[in-house]
Amino acid sequence: MSGIPHDHYEPQSNGAKWLHRRLPIVGLMYDTLMLPTPKNLNWMWIWGIVLTFCLVLQIVTGIVLVMHYTPHVDMAFASVEHIMRNVNGGHMIRYLHMNGASLFFFAVYLHIFRGLYYGSYKAPREVTWIIGMLIYLLMMGTAFMGYVLPWGQMSFWGATVITGLFGAIPFIGEPIQTWLLGGPAVDNATLTRFFSLHYLLPFVIAALVAVHIWAFHTTGNNNPTGVEVRRGSKAEAEKDTVPFWPYFVIKDLFALALIMVIFFAVVGFMPNYLGHPDNYVEANPLVTPSHIVPEWYFLPFYAILRAFDDTVWIVQLAGFLTGGIIDAKFFGVLAMFGAIVVMALAPWLDTSSVRSGRYRPMFKWWFALLVVDFMVLMWVGAMPAEGIYPVIALIGSAYWFAYFLIILPLLGVIEKPLAQPDTIEADFDAHYPKKAGDAGQAAAAPAE
Amino acid sequence: MFKKLAISAVAALTLSAGGAMAAGAAGHVEDVDFSFEGPFGTFDQNQLQRGLKVYTQVCAACHGMQYVPFRTLSDEGGPQLPADQMRAYAAQYEVYDAEIDDFRAALPTDHFPMSALENAPDLSMMAKARAGFHGPYGTGMAQLFKGMGGPEYIYSLLTGYTGETKEEAGTTLYENKAFPGGWIAMAPPLYGEDVEFDDGHINTIESQSEDVSAFLMWAAEPKMMARKQAGLTGVIFLTVLTVLLYLTNKRIWAPIKRKDVA
Repeated sequence: MSGIPHDHYEPQSNGAKWLHRRLPIVGLMYDTLMLPTPKNLNWMWIWGIVLTFCLVLQIVTGIVLVMHYTPHVDMAFASVEHIMRNVNGGHMIRYLHMNGASLFFFAVYLHIFRGLYYGSYKAPREVTWIIGMLIYLLMMGTAFMGYVLPWGQMSFWGATVITGLFGAIPFIGEPIQTWLLGGPAVDNATLTRFFSLHYLLPFVIAALVAVHIWAFHTTGNNNPTGVEVRRGSKAEAEKDTVPFWPYFVIKDLFALALIMVIFFAVVGFMPNYLGHPDNYVEANPLVTPSHIVPEWYFLPFYAILRAFDDTVWIVQLAGFLTGGIIDAKFFGVLAMFGAIVVMALAPWLDTSSVRSGRYRPMFKWWFALLVVDFMVLMWVGAMPAEGIYPVIALIGSAYWFAYFLIILPLLGVIEKPLAQPDTIEADFDAHYPKKAGDAGQAAAAPAE
Repeated sequence: MFKKLAISAVAALTLSAGGAMAAGAAGHVEDVDFSFEGPFGTFDQNQLQRGLKVYTQVCAACHGMQYVPFRTLSDEGGPQLPADQMRAYAAQYEVYDAEIDDFRAALPTDHFPMSALENAPDLSMMAKARAGFHGPYGTGMAQLFKGMGGPEYIYSLLTGYTGETKEEAGTTLYENKAFPGGWIAMAPPLYGEDVEFDDGHINTIESQSEDVSAFLMWAAEPKMMARKQAGLTGVIFLTVLTVLLYLTNKRIWAPIKRKDVA
């Protein structure tokens, strides 16, 4: 499967040969597990495993929750309380699912920023990147619809605000919004379809995850140097890589266990810390909460959505040029989705031939600023849109777009990159010097 | 790298709690030292029983708790009323039974009644539906260190009346230091010595407020002690697993990294 030369599965017994001739499933598993993996991967390469675990955790806890949940406006809120109070272990399952969503997004953001820093999106990994972005979009859709299901105040009003975004599309917005909601406003039809889709989308995500893994198993992993694994011969490739099993399986499991310690502490000791108190009040279409905020993982993009009001010159310009078709509300929607689109286009916007940010002295600082920008947007997204906050949100949004549309294309031209190591092996040996008399070849055998 | 990870984790956690921060002109909320705070905090069974009495004799006149079944009053980690007392307690209430098309005395499987007044909110989840602590500046640090502050908010509300009143659109509003906006429609429910406890426990307004706040926290989160127990067990077992995996990982990688195997 992989382009990196390595040993493939050879069936030994007659039974194994019989099966392999008909369905090479053992071979597929062997090749997947024994994939040659760059041996210099650092701790930022663990998030893939964490994300896979999150997906499984959410599906398993979700399926159990469905057994006790009732998707009806009159019963949804009470059925969640039924889970919390009467179902054996229900409170733990529900809190795991609730906080599992936060862990999922926490990991996906670190995973995405890892890719942005080490240039994992660059050729030949653009397809992996694009599929990753699709997974991220589906995650957002799934999380949003899942948040509506408990039918609390924030569920209801969050759904009202977010589906209202589609209503901002000129001409066809209102029919689309009505079609999404199944009626003129958020009601039972909305709840049941969100429930149905919230159950469906995770399996679409699972399928895309398989494609995501397939894609990067074809190109091989990126690594902190951004230098490709040598593929001239098996011997050469083995100097740059170690098999995924056991080296990275154990390493990733160690990291996952450590993250699970923190996760269980959050679930056990402060499960509502990341939630909103208003969602413990049943949805009431007649009472609007004083301050509607999305979950923390939507805040950066929510900040971008709100940043472009009609006092911003670019919004006024867009309105003037389109004869008022693009108003402030629609502009905000375009900006929010655009913020993700420009990120997805990074492989074609980044003109630098150097992959890893490690060897890009100017890029490093702009990237650090992007991380800070993301945090600032997250923070300002939770603040009321008054006083200084809209200004901060506007500056933050501007930088987000500038990073992808101006800085990335320009840097490739004006930046003078540092010297990159010739091979992954050279980089690895610089970190872990060879001992005197060590030929360096014994390394490939696992310890007894 | 671990340091970086830890820093980013803490930063994300604190920033993200901005979402948990309810805005608005929040009133002043006292930080009360409840027995159930922190990873090892537990409910004080006697306090919950006192709180139940305050709830029954004062709050229940207007408010309901429709999500709380009577039987849970005997559950572990709650007020733990003896079964006969719990049955007797339930029997004080009348519930409508559709099967006999009439009212009858409540059974342990029935729930507390709903609010009697339309504008008196249900108290089942009130201790989780309010956040007493905010920020600072939307960072969520206050909630990280002090907790969400739901029961503290209830305590502060009950003890926060200044005695000032005003008329607005035919309704009397009472000034309250804890209530967002400062004026609340609920008349002061407690004045001190409202409820006599069987064991002669003090019944100042502060003490009664603390008791009923603790009780409402239990009503909102009846499985809190079980949850903390599960969390602690999880943390301990996962820590052991982490250490074992750390050692395994170190040993496996030693020859690759040309280090001596310990």
